Amino acid sequence: MDILSAYPSWPITHGAALLVVLPLLLGAIVSILPREKMAWAITLIVSLILTVTAFGLVLTIFGGETQLYKLGGWDPPHGISFVIDGLNTPVLFLISAMALLCTIYGLPSVAAEVEPKKRAPFYAAFLIGVAGLLGMVVTGDAFNVFVFLEVSSISTYVLVAMGASRDRRALKAAYNYLILGSIGATFFVIGLGFLYMETGTLNMADIGRILADLDGGSRVAMVAFGFITVGLGLKLAMFPLHMWLPGAYAHAPSFVTVFLASTATKAALYLMLRFTFTIFDPSFDYVMAVIMYVLTGVGVAAMLLGSLQAIFQTDARRTLAFSSIAQVGYMLLGVGIATAAGLSAGYLHLLNHAVIKGCLFFALGAFWYRYGITRCEDFNGLGKMMPWTMGAFTIGGLSLIGVPATAGFVSKLNLVIAAMERGWGWAVIIIMVTSILALVYIGRLLLAAYFQSPPEINGEVVVRNEAPLMMLIPMWFLALLSIAIGINADLVSEAARNAASVLLGGGV
Amino acid sequence: MIDLILSNPGFLVIIAGVLCALVPISSIRKFLVGAAPIAAAVIIFTAFKDPEAARTAISVGGQEMILMRIDRLAMLWGYVFCLAGVLNAIYGLHEKCKITDASALIYMGAAISGVYAGDFLTLFIFWEMAAISSVLLVWKGGENSFSAGVRYLAIHVLSGVLLLAGAVMWGRHNGGDFTIGHVGLENPGGLLLLLAMGIKCGFPLLHNWIQDAYPKASITGTVILSAFTTKLALYALARCFAGEDILIYIGAIMTCFPVFFAVIENDLRRVLSYSLNNQLGFMVCGIGIGTDLAMNGVAAHLAADVIFKGLLFMSMGAVMYRTGTAKASDLGGLFRSMPLTTVFCLIGAGSIAAFPFLSAFVTKSMIMTAALYEHHEVVLAMLLFASAGVMEHSGIKVPYFTFFSHDSGKRVEEAPWNMLVAMGLASLLCVFFAFPWGGYQFLYSLLPNPEVHYNPYTGNHVVTQLQLLFGAILAFNLLKKAKVYPDERRAEILDFDWTYRRLGKSIAVWIDAMWTRLSANVAVIRANFIDKAGRRLYQMFSPAGTFSEAAPSGMAAVLTGGMLVVLFFVIYLARL
Repeated sequence: MDILSAYPSWPITHGAALLVVLPLLLGAIVSILPREKMAWAITLIVSLILTVTAFGLVLTIFGGETQLYKLGGWDPPHGISFVIDGLNTPVLFLISAMALLCTIYGLPSVAAEVEPKKRAPFYAAFLIGVAGLLGMVVTGDAFNVFVFLEVSSISTYVLVAMGASRDRRALKAAYNYLILGSIGATFFVIGLGFLYMETGTLNMADIGRILADLDGGSRVAMVAFGFITVGLGLKLAMFPLHMWLPGAYAHAPSFVTVFLASTATKAALYLMLRFTFTIFDPSFDYVMAVIMYVLTGVGVAAMLLGSLQAIFQTDARRTLAFSSIAQVGYMLLGVGIATAAGLSAGYLHLLNHAVIKGCLFFALGAFWYRYGITRCEDFNGLGKMMPWTMGAFTIGGLSLIGVPATAGFVSKLNLVIAAMERGWGWAVIIIMVTSILALVYIGRLLLAAYFQSPPEINGEVVVRNEAPLMMLIPMWFLALLSIAIGINADLVSEAARNAASVLLGGGV
Repeated sequence: MIDLILSNPGFLVIIAGVLCALVPISSIRKFLVGAAPIAAAVIIFTAFKDPEAARTAISVGGQEMILMRIDRLAMLWGYVFCLAGVLNAIYGLHEKCKITDASALIYMGAAISGVYAGDFLTLFIFWEMAAISSVLLVWKGGENSFSAGVRYLAIHVLSGVLLLAGAVMWGRHNGGDFTIGHVGLENPGGLLLLLAMGIKCGFPLLHNWIQDAYPKASITGTVILSAFTTKLALYALARCFAGEDILIYIGAIMTCFPVFFAVIENDLRRVLSYSLNNQLGFMVCGIGIGTDLAMNGVAAHLAADVIFKGLLFMSMGAVMYRTGTAKASDLGGLFRSMPLTTVFCLIGAGSIAAFPFLSAFVTKSMIMTAALYEHHEVVLAMLLFASAGVMEHSGIKVPYFTFFSHDSGKRVEEAPWNMLVAMGLASLLCVFFAFPWGGYQFLYSLLPNPEVHYNPYTGNHVVTQLQLLFGAILAFNLLKKAKVYPDERRAEILDFDWTYRRLGKSIAVWIDAMWTRLSANVAVIRANFIDKAGRRLYQMFSPAGTFSEAAPSGMAAVLTGGMLVVLFFVIYLARL
């Protein structure tokens, strides 16, 4: 906690508000800046401040303190409150830190993939998207969640559409995402309406308390739960509602893909946890039924079908997109186990998967940057053409498979243990099978990269051309982080245990 | 970090070995090969002064690994390994081979590290490291050695796997404590551990890798190999299974049966491999008896055995170096041209046969006395028979057919000076270990149970031993005169390994032929099936497949609605 004492006091006391307000304000300013370099610099500084602040908040949580930040000094339930507790703070830090890494990566990447005139607005949209994500994670007010959800979603649609200068299909993907995202948000807000009707309040803690008093409430609360679950399920790419995801990931600019893959679905999953476990409660029989049968069911279906579909893809980015759907399945399975061990395993996988997929998509972006590669068959000889980038990709890939001494192993192991404790032997088998499927779709890329020779163009072997340092730094940071977690997972495990204890009542 | 490297004497040797692999200058390598064991011995010496302080453990992933644990048993073993390392270094001075130098050092380092490992997981690492590094020595032996090396590697990796499996079972039984201690057969994992050690130690029917690989290794390679692998296994056996009755009988059988093979074998290095097996039998038997005196005997005999067996292999190596062969049928009469080697070989032969004033006399007798004290009369008889057998094949046959017998007409130079120095030192040690005035007392003072008193030079013992030895010599002469003694002939001897090398191979060939016929049919069915399954999967999941049809937003919206209906249905059912 020595680091914490080095912090000035206001980023901690006002950190919750700062996380949202700062990117929102500067997003507006950045949008009218004339030069992209300035926009980039401001984004970098903002995301650095966010990361430092969020890190400070994480430290307070490890110190055992939670915060209830009252906006404008109005007491809840009438005023809006921001919450800092063991469940959302790691996600806040994850979002801020990924924003920082993406911004570093963005200097070469955005310059290559986005039209010059659109670059400053691009960073503006990015900052506003970050503000929206942080807002929906930090807020303690249910309607506020909807507002920030829309803020982040709308900016994300814009960001995905910016990929059009690289790949025109981005427009269609963004449109698809827009329609489905709006449906999801609508479902969510309908659910909130019902919930308001039932309880007469929008403050999350208040709703939770009143619902507990009503012992789960009437049909209205149940309908509300159904709408909210489907709405959020769409946002987090729960299995049959994942249609928007592969297109958006495959055609968005690399920068955006990384950011989406490692934060957007994670924030939505966080909300799902928050709503299912602390606002509603698994002790209500209808909530338990949904967790047991629906969430577990779609989780397992996502693991199997997502992995199978990843195997057959011809585009590497789509492969990883389908793998993301499968990984969301792992997290949902953890939620479905619904014990402390299962929840913390799911939460751990949420954090680890963000690290792993971030690393993999960073590498894919670098491949495109140097050689314009996205198809699997173009991976031939990449091990020789871009050894460092391919090295990071290899580490990320092994981690995704779950090779020991990587982050993926830690979370899968925890998940297996949780499933065993629950007596779900079949779940263990499915985890094993999908790990083998992951081995197939990652191994296919690795084999091509290391055991095929680089292609020849006009009779000459393509020369080695390593990615720029600005790309390598964030990529290798995540690769090494994934190994570090694999070797010593104490910190992330503790964060995950904290989160699980918040979900199951009690704890910070 | 430095502390960690210096904690276990073996680590330094391994690092020296890795350096050897990188250094292109032969003289530096030779220096390392000689200096590393000496440095290791110094570390052992300092560590043994304060065993508690020397104990080093690190935690890897929550599992404690004890890198260094020293007591009297480990101390003696370590010294013996270092001594063997120095002798081997001198013996190999003439050879300019990077691979031999490096692998010899890593192999020796792994063996020493294994001796000082305090838990099974650490032991497993060095167990496998010793196997993998030593196979290079086998492979340096020339063309025929490759497949022998592969067999050697396979069987040792198998032994390692068994060790790990046994260790895991044993660790679980102990609640996660992998510390090496007495295991015993009745505990879970005990049988697997015994089998793992038995393979490496050359138990009867598991022994063939010794006679398969050792004679095929290079000249220096055989000398190096003979010192460590089996002795490491013996150490583990002494730690985990001391006093286990079954070992007495395994050991006794182990001493007897190689005698027959050794007597008819033509390749003298193979004879020595059988005799290695036979000497190990004495020690296994001693471990099985497990009394303080027996364990002393095991430790003492180990020290003696490493030296005299090394000496015998060295002398055969020297002969092979000069003449290019170690076949009894091609040798003979070499005492004229290699007089010093002859003398050293005779000392080695006398030592292994346990002539008074030569090393085995003061060591082997301890084991036999212990057997007598524990009233294992049948076992004692077997050991006596084996002693006579040793005299027959190692004491008489090896030197006789090489240096005397009928003159082969070979006139070669004396062995190189460094070989002579190494053999000379080894001979000196053989004499010193049995020297009645201060020699054997020194050896005994290093034994695990120094309080046990034993005096080898009693009139009774000397006379019995001489009777046995001269009886054996008489028998050899009589048989030779009567032309009954098996002549030195070029022939392959079928040992138990025939079953898996020939019979096993034939069975495999037969199965293969049958399989080919069967698979012609099966392949069609299988291909059809895989084709069909693959096509189905492709049709579902590929980018052109059902699941990947660019779902229009309308379709997705319907799905979302469907999901909502499903959810409501579940919620409705839950409330019923």
